[in-house]
Amino acid sequence: MSEVQYEDAASVREQQKDLPLYAARVKIFPKEVAGVVRRYKWAVLIVLLGVYYIAPWLRWDRGPGAPDQAFLIDMPARRAYFLWIEIWPQEVYYLAGLLLIGAFGLFLATALFGRVWCGFTCPQTVWTDLFMWVERLVEGDRAARIRLDKSGWTVAKVAKRSLKHGVWILLSLLTGGAWIMYFNDAPTLVNDILLWQVTPSVLFFIGLFTATTYLLAGFAREQVCTYMCPWPRFQAAMFDEDSLIVTYEAWRGEPRGPHKKGTDWDGRGDCVACNQCVAVCPTGIDIRDGNQLECIGCGLCIDACNDVMARVGRPANLIAYDSINRQNARAQGQTAKYRLIRPRTIIYTVLLVIVGVVIMASLWTRPVVDVNVLRDRNPLFVRLTDGSIRNGFTIKILNKQRSEQGYVLDVDGLPGESMSVVGQDTASPTVYLTAAPDAVTTYRIYVRVPRDSLKSGTVPFDFVLSQHPIVEGGVTSRHESVFRGPEK
Amino acid sequence: MPTKPEKDAITGTEIRSHEWDGIQEMDNPLPRWWLYVFYASILISIIYMVLYPAIPGITGYTKGILGYTERHALEADLVAHRESQAGFFDRIAAATPAEIREDADLLNFALAGGKSAFADNCAPCHAAGGAGRAGFPNLADDDWLWGGSLDAIQTTLLHGIRWDQDDDTRVSEMPRFLADEILTTEQIADVTQYVLAFVNRADDPAAAARGAPIYAEQCGVCHGAKGEGNQELGSPRLSNDIWQYGGTADLVAAQIGNPQHGVMPSWSGRLDESTIKMLTVYVHSLGGGQ
Repeated sequence: MSEVQYEDAASVREQQKDLPLYAARVKIFPKEVAGVVRRYKWAVLIVLLGVYYIAPWLRWDRGPGAPDQAFLIDMPARRAYFLWIEIWPQEVYYLAGLLLIGAFGLFLATALFGRVWCGFTCPQTVWTDLFMWVERLVEGDRAARIRLDKSGWTVAKVAKRSLKHGVWILLSLLTGGAWIMYFNDAPTLVNDILLWQVTPSVLFFIGLFTATTYLLAGFAREQVCTYMCPWPRFQAAMFDEDSLIVTYEAWRGEPRGPHKKGTDWDGRGDCVACNQCVAVCPTGIDIRDGNQLECIGCGLCIDACNDVMARVGRPANLIAYDSINRQNARAQGQTAKYRLIRPRTIIYTVLLVIVGVVIMASLWTRPVVDVNVLRDRNPLFVRLTDGSIRNGFTIKILNKQRSEQGYVLDVDGLPGESMSVVGQDTASPTVYLTAAPDAVTTYRIYVRVPRDSLKSGTVPFDFVLSQHPIVEGGVTSRHESVFRGPEK
Repeated sequence: MPTKPEKDAITGTEIRSHEWDGIQEMDNPLPRWWLYVFYASILISIIYMVLYPAIPGITGYTKGILGYTERHALEADLVAHRESQAGFFDRIAAATPAEIREDADLLNFALAGGKSAFADNCAPCHAAGGAGRAGFPNLADDDWLWGGSLDAIQTTLLHGIRWDQDDDTRVSEMPRFLADEILTTEQIADVTQYVLAFVNRADDPAAAARGAPIYAEQCGVCHGAKGEGNQELGSPRLSNDIWQYGGTADLVAAQIGNPQHGVMPSWSGRLDESTIKMLTVYVHSLGGGQ
């Protein structure tokens, strides 16, 4: 057994006295940068924000009585519309499928290209980028912002800060407002908002998403990625030596140091220790320390370094967006191929294709009519005065079409049976039912069988529902059930 | 043993002096945003305690300045719910059960309302789905004591059966043939065989033959010459195999000798008119409605 040491309580308290209770946030003032990666980032940002703001305004004709918004999640009516697809609540598994596609897509992209999701397309990155752009417009670039931050509360500082936060809140409002459009008819809602005729729930959700946008993009920023987001923690599992990552080529850069123009480059590395890569980093790290958790792979340091390398006349890509294998090969003066096809990428692709095909197939073959047969359990059966046995059933016809459908209900496998429907007065072997458009229609059905024709206490049989009148593409479906009676 | 705080070589963070199996812990402070969330939670809990009922005492509890109680919230919900159904209730109040059955919307509403009222008020005796139990009639079959038309069901619901407090209640009483010494035990056994013969269940044809004249004299007036029953009097039909108090010879004889009489309360005054109409339509829909 190891020896246990007991602390003197007073001494521990003494030790804790001079420790801060929380970590102070290191303020980050990313510098403006221009270059290829930055241009890609702007392009992605414009496309993504464009899609986000424009999508709810797209129209899609679904016929009379149906909403004509291309992308709409209608909570009160319990329907979701995606172009030609209409999802009912019981079909949320399509959402699970969508999430699976998203997950495998992310795995594949990460295995191939590293943290492109984090660096380019994650909403946290996109909106933070947008907010930083506003910040730069109002307060100036890195040096000016640091100066402003350190200065006292002058009129100019108050004005600049107010303007910045004002624009941020406006952007947040637009973000929160646009989110609500996906859950309401966009033109109607905008009209209602302008006339101030909105429901408290709409106001609440606009307020909620406004507040989260303002908080996450204005203040939390890289802390979301570093502390809150689970994705950086386990995405390392998708990386291998052939994934593209942002790294510093230490073999070429070291030993680093300031370089005077015109002096020799012999015996030293290409890194001139200008710290531009640190200055532009939105998460405030030094990429020369190697690949690290905080790095979101945005590649802005590549632009910054390439700019400097061009100016000092050294080859570009000292900070490179490349795979570990290729960088190692280059360090030894060789070249290596970028391997796109690897077991890992094959597996992710196969999974992606499987889920995609399953979802598409199930969407394609999705029945437009769904029938549920529920048999009464209380009572299981009823004995009638003439000795015959009656069972009760509830039949629900779920009609996903926009028109009323007619059906003939038959029973197969019960000799001598007769049927009746609650609310319809005729008792006959054939029953006519109608299914209301875009709704679930419920019928109570009684099936009666002479005592003598029941061979046992449990007789399996089928309900047969066929389109009536016969139309092209009309469906006939069978639904298994059992007829219960007294045991012999 | 007090020691000087040890620092981690790489980060410079202090290391807590305790150690488990060689594992030591760095004394990293909490992130600031986390602390803010923590403080905000404390603030919210204080605001909550001011606004809402929170702290229990010996005789009561702090009420909170909003005066919120779940009971009032429920009552408000129920009022709002009833208001939303008012249109249906008005239409049902204005319609007869037969008219309700004609209107698909009203029928659906009445069946749902009737089902829930049945579960609350009727199911304790008549069982879920009206399946009935010994002594309490099955409402799902087509054998009715007092009639299975909408009107007859509504009358039974309104006034009850053998319910003293209602002057219009349905009343009938079968004589106690043995207890009042109208028939002997042997005669009752013979009549029992005769009655069981209606459904081909007699096991003593001779006794059944002896019972025929007794039946004609004592029973036929109410139960009909061929045991067809009489819904005017609430006398059960005997010519089918549905038995309220059991269909074995012993139980039939017991019912003749010292009959049990079912009692059902009148529901007018306990349930409103609309609920009774919904119950009428629901019971009628259980399968035996005539």
